Amino acid sequence: MGFKRPECLTKESMHYCPGCGHGIIHRLIAEIIDEDYKESKIIGVAPVGCAVFIYDYFNFDFVAAAHGRATAAATGVKRSIPDALVFSYQGDGDIAAIGTSEVIHAATRGENFTAIFVNNGVYAMTGGQMAPTTIPGQVTVSSPYGRDPKKQGYHIKLCEMLVPLDGVAFVARTSIHNLKNIEFTKKAIKRAFEVQMNNEGFSIIEVLSNCPTNWGLSPCESMKRIENEVLKYYSLGIFKDKGRGI
Amino acid sequence: MKLLMKGNEAIAEAALRAGCECFFGYPITPQTELLQYMAKKLLKSGGVFIQAESEVGAINMAYGASSCGKRVMTSSSGPGISLKQEGISYLAGAQLPCVIVNIMRGGPGLGNINAAQSDYLQATKGGGHGDYKVIVLAPSSVQEAVELTIKAFDLADKYRNPVMILGDGMLGQMMEVVEFDENYQPQKVEKPWAVTGERNREKRVTNSLYIVPEELEKHNFKLKEKYEKIKESEVMVEEYLTDDAKAIFVSFGMCARIVKSAVNKLRQAGEKVGLVRPITLWPFPENELKSYASKNEVEFFVDVEMNLGQMIEDVKLSVEGKKTVHFYGRTGGMVPTIQEIMDFYYSLKE
Repeated sequence: MGFKRPECLTKESMHYCPGCGHGIIHRLIAEIIDEDYKESKIIGVAPVGCAVFIYDYFNFDFVAAAHGRATAAATGVKRSIPDALVFSYQGDGDIAAIGTSEVIHAATRGENFTAIFVNNGVYAMTGGQMAPTTIPGQVTVSSPYGRDPKKQGYHIKLCEMLVPLDGVAFVARTSIHNLKNIEFTKKAIKRAFEVQMNNEGFSIIEVLSNCPTNWGLSPCESMKRIENEVLKYYSLGIFKDKGRGI
Repeated sequence: MKLLMKGNEAIAEAALRAGCECFFGYPITPQTELLQYMAKKLLKSGGVFIQAESEVGAINMAYGASSCGKRVMTSSSGPGISLKQEGISYLAGAQLPCVIVNIMRGGPGLGNINAAQSDYLQATKGGGHGDYKVIVLAPSSVQEAVELTIKAFDLADKYRNPVMILGDGMLGQMMEVVEFDENYQPQKVEKPWAVTGERNREKRVTNSLYIVPEELEKHNFKLKEKYEKIKESEVMVEEYLTDDAKAIFVSFGMCARIVKSAVNKLRQAGEKVGLVRPITLWPFPENELKSYASKNEVEFFVDVEMNLGQMIEDVKLSVEGKKTVHFYGRTGGMVPTIQEIMDFYYSLKE
């Protein structure tokens, strides 16, 4: 069996930097849709950030939302077309800073869509500023001396915040720093989509990803940084799966 | 059948009769009864009603639902409308229909909850970022609010553009007799651009991002062309006792109703006065005003508003310096009386 382009990915060349994790995550979503939702209605909700052009890479419908508002827009979309598989795709600045209010309330209302939250610890599109998810000590262009929790606060743990909410059906944090974890990410997204199609409520997967460009590392080094540094602050796993009693 | 209804509730009922399927709102005085009415009706009828976490949330939910081709409404008052401006700009950029109700209160800041016309400039000059226009309709009675609400949905769909109903706290809160056309059926509009998730056709994207300057300029020119068409075809204005008038009052919304009473009284006293009441604030009836400005017998204009002078900028632009435009306004939730308006008029003649 050859390695083929999933059918629901377009032939458009991706604009992402070499070694960026978005390509991997896009592919996983595309594989799942090809495998399980070939005939289904699908609507993606695009963020503002590096993935702002995501609608160019998939051959199904998209709504491009304002910065941070993808979960509010996705609420309007899913309520309008309840039988569609709806997912938002958002970076850490988008969902965990400017869009915190929107995601918490979509989650607690139990809005029946899936948020795919890509956490690379920086505002990458604007040039690598400190994000809400930047880990203590991490140097960015707006935390040039390293993030000092005394001055700049701590990194936000969105998944842990969402678990206690009754409207939330599925929460997982995964990573793409090696094959095993890429497989786990695919499983988690697959399960989240399943949870959505079972009308169980809000589902979210936080995917720890890399940003070789703004981290100033080679793609391989950036993957190692996730393993050696980022994972100290963000634990992986399925934190909640209501339907399976987790 | 005639009904006695509060302005806010009548607007909500009109929206439902116009086929509004989705409402997203957030409580704020003096608009809240509109949201409550929608909750009562839409939650039962199988429509979509969400009391959002904020006005920002509400307008972006509206963006999502409108993207899917639904007839959508959101409502608020000044401070909340300020929060919605981001979303309104995106709706305009992505060419999405949406009806937005602003039941204005006193400003700036938290201001107060009384009737005022604080938001004329915000409504008609953009409010949010970028080159765009919102169609703004200003009813001066509960019955007119009903008619304009229904029209707002048709205009929004026709032009794929946000439409705002701009009323004030008085309109929202007072009760008047209203009549609904029981034979009215909402227009069924084809929306070949709507995002529905279907896979057996070319994909659809609702979006306001045009990263290539040439493309954004082209898009903005396309929007401008649409706005020009709206200006040509959609201006609505009431001209009252203006044929032989020597002085012309200009006023909108509830304030214009008080001015109309002042005009009637002044006429009884033998004064040749009339009223021009813009019903569409954007597009503004500039040609109508311009033609009065060119008439020899018209000596001056009196702009009356419940603010410190906002529409007067458009009045002056239309009059093109041909005649003097005086201003009388009350602000902060104060409502001008008929006598005050008459006294001001007489003071101009001294």
